[in-house]
Amino acid sequence: MKFYWDLFWSYIAQYAKGRLEYRADLLAGLITDVLYQSVAIIFLLVVFQQVPTLAGWRQEEVFFIYGYFLLPYAIFGALANGVWDFTDRYIIKGELDRLLLRPVNSLFQLILEGIELEPLMGLITGVAIMVWSGGALGLDWRWFDVPLMLLLTAGSTLVYMGIYLSLAAIGFWYDGRTGLLPLLWNVNNYGRYPTAIYNKALRILLSWIFPFAFVGFYPAAYFLRREAFLVWSLLTPVMGVAAFGVAVAIWRAGIKRYHGAGS
Amino acid sequence: MAYVEMIRIRFLTMLAYRLNYFSGIFTYIIYTGGYYFLWSAVYANRTSLGGMTAGAMTTYLAVSWMTRSFYFNNLDREIADEIKSGAVAIQLIRPYNYLAGKLVSAMGEGLFRLLFWMIPGMAVAAFLFPVELPTSPATYGLWAFAGLMAFLVNALLNAVFGLLTFFLHNAQGLRWAKSLATDLLSGLFLPLHFYPDWLQVIIRWLPFQTISYLPNMIFTGGLRGHDAWAAIGLQAAWVVGLAALTWRLWLRARRYLVVQGG
Repeated sequence: MKFYWDLFWSYIAQYAKGRLEYRADLLAGLITDVLYQSVAIIFLLVVFQQVPTLAGWRQEEVFFIYGYFLLPYAIFGALANGVWDFTDRYIIKGELDRLLLRPVNSLFQLILEGIELEPLMGLITGVAIMVWSGGALGLDWRWFDVPLMLLLTAGSTLVYMGIYLSLAAIGFWYDGRTGLLPLLWNVNNYGRYPTAIYNKALRILLSWIFPFAFVGFYPAAYFLRREAFLVWSLLTPVMGVAAFGVAVAIWRAGIKRYHGAGS
Repeated sequence: MAYVEMIRIRFLTMLAYRLNYFSGIFTYIIYTGGYYFLWSAVYANRTSLGGMTAGAMTTYLAVSWMTRSFYFNNLDREIADEIKSGAVAIQLIRPYNYLAGKLVSAMGEGLFRLLFWMIPGMAVAAFLFPVELPTSPATYGLWAFAGLMAFLVNALLNAVFGLLTFFLHNAQGLRWAKSLATDLLSGLFLPLHFYPDWLQVIIRWLPFQTISYLPNMIFTGGLRGHDAWAAIGLQAAWVVGLAALTWRLWLRARRYLVVQGG
């Protein structure tokens, strides 16, 4: 365990050294990340000029959900590069062979090699939005809400990882460019609004098949004290472990039959 | 004719990737759907907001995203990458105008996007969501014309921001700002008349509204007859203005060329 911990920090240190060489690029990356969030925020501001509630949810509540949504989104963004490049870089170009030759878990290496720290800026934006909207709503915070938020965020991040890693691992069987990942990427945005705005089919899809309701709406509803969603909120870590478990199972089965691209 | 051939080649390149056939439609349906459900919740039991019925709004969103599937391209990044890598120097000695070549290959891509993404995408959107298609052929005619103009404005705007790399060496931040401004100020995901008045005043003086808002309003019937023609006239003025700007930048850039580590 300690070995993996040290390895993790070595990768982070190497990454930071590399990025700090190009400070202007780094800054530009950080700023754009924040700017891109502004599209969603401006949209919501305009919408709430027209109506007081969205499917029974007030402006501050919808903003709070969005603020929460940014946390797992940011963490997944920091960890997702390896998953994102998996078919292209690791299968087609054969870099997976290199990972498999080392005495370290291949999935762990895949994620570490792609780590990026800039997306973590989203954590600051997310917390800021939650503090502001939570304050406006007068939410009463209890002592265990903070550890619970950490737990739910971890669950949501695992949901992300589970879904996209599963899609990437399909590359083991079908080593063409499936493009499934970018194709389904935008679906994650559906998770940041109350599920009441969707029709029944989409609600089932977002709860059970591509469970993106668990990366934003369901867990956030807990902190908004919406009792009706309590079970869903608390299901988030379970869903995360389940989704990630499926992904790891697919990954293991894939590794077993992997025979290299021959390059 | 070399340029016609370039349109054909880009079209065929797009055609070669089978996945392209349905990925575009799928992606844009996801975009349309997201905003459709949001706006439906906004309308809830209201019949009209900002002078638009729920049906007109659905139509606006569908036509907005599907037109984007047609006019969108990465011309700015393509030009910037060629400038940064130095590939532009090779392009300069070829027997055609570099800039015109870029624009016509964007047209080849646009042709693919029109035939394989926009038209079938619109059909799928009309099937999935309660889109109110216009009934008058004249509306389709005007809108087709406005859509073509939107393509030109967007392509020229991209060319301008791509060419800025000649002078700024790394203009990525500017390109991002441009793409953000295009998303926010073109009326892609909401009709611009929902914005506060002061912002609308600024938007009127910028080219972005001619890319999305004006053609969409023609399609939904919000701009008819004289107003529709005035909108197309404004688009044409921007096409001429941006073309002139692009050309000037290009002439200056050729004298200025510094290949970065080529």
